[in-house]
Order: sequence, then C-alpha cells, then structure tokens
Amino acid sequence: MLSKSQARTFFLGGTIITFVVFLGLSWTSLTKEVPKRTHEENLTADVIAGKHLWESNNCMGCHTILGEGAYYAPELTKVVERRGEGYMRAVLSSKVPWAPRSRKMVAHNFNEVEVEQLIEFFKWIGNIDLNGFPPKPDYKSTNNLK
Amino acid sequence: MKYNSQKLAYWFFALSMLLLTLQIIYGFIMAFAHMGFDGLHEFIAFNTARAVHTNLLVVWILSGFMGAAYYIIPEEAEHELVNVKLAYVQLISLALVGVVAIIGYHFNYWEGRKFLEIPRPLDYLVVVNVLTFLGIIVTTLYKGKKRTTTSLVLTMGLVFAALLYLPGMIWFDNQTMDSFFRWWVVHLWVEGVWELIMGGILAFLLIKITGVDREVIEKWLYVIVGLTFISGILGTGHHYYYIGVGKTWLIVGGIFSALEPLAFLAMALFAVSMYRKGEKKHPNKIALSWTLGTAITSFVGAGLLGLAHTLPQVNMYTHGTLVTAMHGHLAFWGAYGMIVFAIISYTLPNLTGRKLYDSTTGLLAFWLSNIGMLGMTVAFGVAGVAQVYLERKMGMDFGDVQKEIEVHFFVLAICATMFATGIGFYIYEFIKYGQPSKEAIQN
Repeated sequence: MLSKSQARTFFLGGTIITFVVFLGLSWTSLTKEVPKRTHEENLTADVIAGKHLWESNNCMGCHTILGEGAYYAPELTKVVERRGEGYMRAVLSSKVPWAPRSRKMVAHNFNEVEVEQLIEFFKWIGNIDLNGFPPKPDYKSTNNLK
Repeated sequence: MKYNSQKLAYWFFALSMLLLTLQIIYGFIMAFAHMGFDGLHEFIAFNTARAVHTNLLVVWILSGFMGAAYYIIPEEAEHELVNVKLAYVQLISLALVGVVAIIGYHFNYWEGRKFLEIPRPLDYLVVVNVLTFLGIIVTTLYKGKKRTTTSLVLTMGLVFAALLYLPGMIWFDNQTMDSFFRWWVVHLWVEGVWELIMGGILAFLLIKITGVDREVIEKWLYVIVGLTFISGILGTGHHYYYIGVGKTWLIVGGIFSALEPLAFLAMALFAVSMYRKGEKKHPNKIALSWTLGTAITSFVGAGLLGLAHTLPQVNMYTHGTLVTAMHGHLAFWGAYGMIVFAIISYTLPNLTGRKLYDSTTGLLAFWLSNIGMLGMTVAFGVAGVAQVYLERKMGMDFGDVQKEIEVHFFVLAICATMFATGIGFYIYEFIKYGQPSKEAIQN
C-alpha cells in the first residue's frame, strides 16, 4: 500500500511537472499566438483608451466580453457587427439610463472622444480569432417543409 | 483551545459572518433586478451590486481562512502565535481595506475586472496585509515544536494564494493578455491553492473529530492535493478556449479540467471513509455535519457541475451565460463557504468554553442553508439552460430571452430566502456562544 512519502512524492512531482508544462504552453501562447490572433498591430492609442474606459466603469459588472463578466446585459464581443456604430453611439452618449425592455443601463454620458475610443475598442475585440465563439445560432424549423 | 492566542480566530470569524450578511443583501438586490425590480438603480446599479457581492465573497472566505490558520497553526505547531498585537492590526486593516473598497464601488472607484475589482492603490494594501498575516503564521511555524503535514499544506496554500495575487496586478493593453493572467489569479486560486487550504483545514477537522491516526489522514491529504494540482493547473485551459489564444488549450483544458472532479471525489470519499473508520465519536455533531457536508457538496458543486460545462463543445454554448452562475454558486458554497462554517462550528465551543453541541438551531442552519442553496443552483441552472437554447441555439435577442427567464428568478429569490434563513440561524448561534474566554483554555 501507498506510504506517506510516496504520497508526498506524487504531490510534489505531479505539481512540478504540470506546472512546468503549463508555463511552457503559456509562453508559446503569449509570444506566438496572441499577437497574431488579437492583431496586436491594431492596438492603437484609442483602443487602449477604450479598454481603460471599459475597466474604469466596470462594464463587466453587467456585460460579458469574450464571454467573461456578468450575465445581466448582452455579450459585447460582436456588438459592432450586431448593432452597428450608430446604435452604439446613441447608447454610450445617452444622458438617461438606456432601458430596452425596461432593464436599465447606467447613463454613462460619455463625451464624443470617449464614445469613439470605446467603439474602437469594440472593433478591435470583434476581430480577435476566438476559435468560433460566440456560436452562430443554428436552429432551423423543419415544420411544414414537406 | 490550548493557546491563548488562538482567541484571535474568533474575530476573523466574526468579520466573516458580518461580510457574508452583506453579501447576501447584495445578492437579493441582483435577484430583484433580474426580475425587473431595479428601484435601487440610481444608488446601487447592477454592476455595483455585482462587484460588492463577489468581492465580499472573496474577503469573507479569506477572513475565514485566516481565522482558521490562526486557530490551527498554534495547535499544530504547539506554540503561541508570535505577535498577537500585530495580528489584531492586521485584522482591523483587512476590515478597513474591505470597507473602503466596497464604499468605493458605489462611487465608480474600481477596476472593472471580474473578481479583481479592488482598485490598484488598495491592492498594495492587500499585499502588505497578507504579508503581515503570512509573516506571523510562518514565524510561529518556524518557532514551533512541530511541523505537521497538515500545517505545512495549509501554510503552503496560503503562501501560494498570496503569490498568485500578483499576476492580477499587472496592466496589459491587450484584453486577451489581461484575461489570460486574470485567470492565473482566479482559477489557480479556486481550483488550485484554495483547495490546499481547504484540504489542510479538512484534515485538521478529521483528525480532531474522527480520531483516525494522523499519519493515515495526512497521507491521503497528499494524494488529494496532488490530484488537485495535476488536474487543476493545466485545467486553467478551460478558461482559455474562447479568449483569443490557440486551439491547444481546447485539448489540454478539456482533458485536464475533466479530471478536476477526481480531486473533489477523492476529498468526499476521504472524509466519509475517515468518519466511518473513526472510533472516537466527537460530540460536536454540528461540526461533523459541516465537515462531511463540505466534502460532499464541493464534489457536487465544484466537481460535477463544473464538469457539466467544461468540455469545449459544451462550453462554446454555455460560456458567458447563467450556467456559469449555477456552477459558481454551489461550488463556492460547497467548497469554501462550508469549510469556513465547519471550522467555525468546530472551534466556537473550544474558544468560548460553551459546549452547545447538537443544538436544534445549529442543525436547522445546516439544512436550511444547504437546501436553499441547492434550490438556488437549480433555479440558476434552469434559467441558464433556457438562455443557452433560446439565445445561442435559436438566435433570440438577449433582452427577449431575459424576459422569458424572469420567472426563474422568483424561484431563485424564494430559495435564497431559505438559504438566508439558515445563515440567520447560524449567525444567531454564533452570537449566542458569546466571546472567547481565557477559562476555555485546556491543556
């Protein structure tokens, strides 16, 4: 039967090996994959300023981006594609809480520069290669087809 | 209690209970907002409530862990804590940082990164605070007569938890990088080093409650924490499927995170078999319920419900939906909420000298809170699965789907009321015990 020192070796050995593999995989991802998949060359000052606004207003406290955040308000990864810039400008610069179907968004009242920075940020986010996320709805009714 | 300085634990537990109460209040605010009653929007918008809810969770559990360490380490090391005054300063500063952060969230003073909303200047205070805590623990251990496996595993968990807070403090221009390292903190905490802390506390409780030989319990503790790290470290990959890194993580994350339930299964089997093996039947039935309860509920909540949406093919649809909230609630409650309750229930009679074992209030607290939380998990699950099908499969608009699933939040609120009642009983019992006294010291 397993002894205590064997159990300790299992713990230490397993931890060290998986951690080294994890660091190796992370390194490859961050140096080789991320720059290409996220189009790092397009990270302009506006995109970065947009990210600052995204964080300093805790947008993630209601929305998700890249599928991460809270589940109170829509996923915003593909928001530019889905809603278009005009709609986004209206929402972001609104002086009263934007409330489609009565669920209120905080009235951030962003100025024109900030609105553009956020839109640039969302455009950049929308172009990241996300392995197919978010999935395209694929339901098709087969009723009455025959 | 054998050492006077162990009394310190009581105040950390008291802070824990206070913050948990606040966390539940903010949870209700969010549940009502989901039903369409957001009358507090002007003062406490959803993102404020959300940041407060999750941060209070982290702080009350950490405070519980710290209390546990201040109780366990002197007893295991057979040495008084080295600097009790400094530890009280650490307690007060922890409470202050927490309070300032939470007030700040009401005034748009935060860093909108899920779970790590504490603004950067306060992060540095957290670091100083945790270093002070670790200094006291490690010095006590160093000066103590014994260094047991249980105390080493617990301390190792606490040290790594502190180290892993650091990657979350680096600024990245690239959202993908930001997210990548945010998971080094969040995932490697809850599916890694926090399990070490949990395992250490669980081993201590089992040694005390079942009377099984320490060597046997500690041997299996190594196996469990070994399984935790082997599956959990590479299991981080399940957060990397869809954030802008390569496909390798789909395979690595998929395989290793599917193994993560094994660690929790081992923990559940371990707790139950030690209980059955133990000849000594400790009279503290309430502590026993919480101890076995945490091992079993964490397997269901963290293990099985995590497995339910960890495979990339499933996660493609569930990622960023209420399914995550379903798993999150039972996982945090089962693994970390309940272990803190277990150590509190075990230590309170020893700290105060009042042997209120096996009281009706205590048992009611256990069953109401657990059944309530299970009900909440089911409500989140139904809402989440409906959301996945309507929004992700059928292509209905987000807002229309939210209208459809409002009803599940009524169910959620009812179950949450049950849960809160259970917690109310627990806190009532906590207060009834009174404060720790010197007379409770037994050698």
